[in-house]
Amino acid sequence: MTVTFPKKAVSARAKAMHVEAAERNITTQVYIPEVVRGVAVSMQHFFANTKEMLRGERPDPVHERLDPGISTISYPEQKRPYPERFRGMHRLTLRANGDPRCVACLCCSTACPAQCIFIEAGEYAEGDPRRGHERFPVRFVIDELRCIFCGFCVEACPCDAIRMDTGVHPVPYDSRDQFIYKKDLLMSFVDRDGGRRDDNPRHEPGDASHPGIDRTAATH
Amino acid sequence: MVILYTVLKIALMIAFTLNMGAILTWADRRQSAMIQDRVGPNRAVIKIGKFELRLAGLLHPLADGIKFVFKEDFRPPRADKLLFGIAPILAVASVLIVLAVIPFGDTLCLEGLTKAGIPVEECARNAEKGVFPLALTVAPMGIGLLFVFAISGQGIIAAAMAGASSDNKFSLMSALRAGSQMVSYEVTLGMSLIGAIMLYGTVRFDEMVRWQSENAWGIFVQPFAFVLFFVAAVAETKRVPFDLPEAESELVSGYFTEYSGMKFAMFYLGEYMEVVTSSMLIVTIFLGGWALPFLHRDGIHVTLGDVDLIKQLGGMLQGGMPDNETVKAMATTGVAPLMHWGVVLIGVLGFFGKVLITCFLQTFVRWSLPRFRYDQLMRLCWKVLLPASLANIMLTGVGYLALKSLGPSVEPTLKVLSDLAQWLVALIVPFIVIRGVIGFAKNKRREVWKVGSSSAFADRPGGTTVGPMQA
Repeated sequence: MTVTFPKKAVSARAKAMHVEAAERNITTQVYIPEVVRGVAVSMQHFFANTKEMLRGERPDPVHERLDPGISTISYPEQKRPYPERFRGMHRLTLRANGDPRCVACLCCSTACPAQCIFIEAGEYAEGDPRRGHERFPVRFVIDELRCIFCGFCVEACPCDAIRMDTGVHPVPYDSRDQFIYKKDLLMSFVDRDGGRRDDNPRHEPGDASHPGIDRTAATH
Repeated sequence: MVILYTVLKIALMIAFTLNMGAILTWADRRQSAMIQDRVGPNRAVIKIGKFELRLAGLLHPLADGIKFVFKEDFRPPRADKLLFGIAPILAVASVLIVLAVIPFGDTLCLEGLTKAGIPVEECARNAEKGVFPLALTVAPMGIGLLFVFAISGQGIIAAAMAGASSDNKFSLMSALRAGSQMVSYEVTLGMSLIGAIMLYGTVRFDEMVRWQSENAWGIFVQPFAFVLFFVAAVAETKRVPFDLPEAESELVSGYFTEYSGMKFAMFYLGEYMEVVTSSMLIVTIFLGGWALPFLHRDGIHVTLGDVDLIKQLGGMLQGGMPDNETVKAMATTGVAPLMHWGVVLIGVLGFFGKVLITCFLQTFVRWSLPRFRYDQLMRLCWKVLLPASLANIMLTGVGYLALKSLGPSVEPTLKVLSDLAQWLVALIVPFIVIRGVIGFAKNKRREVWKVGSSSAFADRPGGTTVGPMQA
């Protein structure tokens, strides 16, 4: 039994992009008619683009990028939107009281293949309900120059404390130490919609929903 | 007094050419961007507080100039000091000296500026009384065209000297290429003009322009020579499609590879100024120089064979205002009189306008055509252009003699033909202008292509954000 596939319709765009090889005939061999034609094509582009430039009607570089005309993105002023799941710069998500959600478990820095994350863990003070259950990052440093933006830290984090959904990339600075992002800066970033979205609800120690297991019972 | 006028003329020509050279560097970048659907350079900016002056990138030549002045003036240690230093000067000088013989306006009769045109001979006759004719040429020389060929040939020496003295094999190769290319095309350049010289009967530029204003523009009587001369002139300026001496892909940047700073700028600007001077030559020899259709020394004549439109217009107007002097003159002589200074000024503006358009066309050619291979370049010159220009000489000679042997009986036909040529020019220009205005006003419908996740994401709020600046 033969299977016939429906013939694929040739889109208008594919037709427009089809280029025919030049044929050898009298006009191509005399050269001058072809020169005139070539200059005419340049002129069409020139006048059409100049008109759009003067009238301020340049095509939208994203939505109309396949239309004829200048579709350059004037970079620092205009930016190409990144796709939905683009891994941008890191941010640290926050708890309800504004502290970082990070519990300094060092999972991310362990998972990091580029070893660009440095965390100095600190114990909560005596009497704090969180003491014994979790720690906090005294320092949380990411070297954005070493980072390879693989997203392993996000995968490794057990508390949804580190995310890469800011939708921006590190801006070029003029010295290397400016690429060392510290905790306060990482906490100040928002996601690409301008919010501070996180998933997985927090269960603070002392809440009824908290399992109440702490490290005092641990044998290691 | 004469010296003052000469200095003024030199200043005008040099200022125009230098500025056009600088503007052409901008035009080359920006025009090529528009041709290739890019934006082009527009970032050079003067900031005064909040006010930003960009002028669509016109400040880039200025920024270039400042950069060239402050760059290190490097000379390779084993280069020939003298020749290495002289070459850029020669390159610019050979371009600028050519300007001396190019007329940019009709001869000015200083005492009769507000009267309707005095003939040049009349003006010269009164020279003892202080009414001397002021030719709008820096040096009105009898050998005009020959002088141009003699001087523009020196450009070869500049290129060869620069390449040979810079102690660099690429420069040397390029100097050889430049030398042979320019010598070859110089031959065609000269030969293609012989036909025009035969018709004009002179090598003086101002007389050539006068012949064209009385008969028809050179492009109509010598269309073949125009194409040949245009091609050879582009080859002489060493620009694409004939940029074999520069050949970025093969020879770094040719004979000026080792130059930096202001010396490089002299080669670079010299090349663009050469475009201006070659445009001036094309305009003077083929596009009527300062002459505009129907505009003559004493005023406007509009004729078509035996029909004199101005005379008829004057006759029609005479019924309404019989005492008006101008209308009377129109009705009797067929000339709408214009003041002398106005005619000359329009002519000067017309000349520079034509030069601008020709430069613009040359840039279009430069950005439309692919480059030649070196053997193709030589074959085009010696096997195509040179025989074609020789054939043109012969055809012109035969045609000229044939017309002469027919005697005065063909003169009315020739008059109609030359009038038609003038009408053609006079009608084409407004047509192009109107067409441009209509095209500019027309709206364009665009198709929105929602393709890719970036397009979908651009629609979302906060789709693209600007990254934070630390410190």
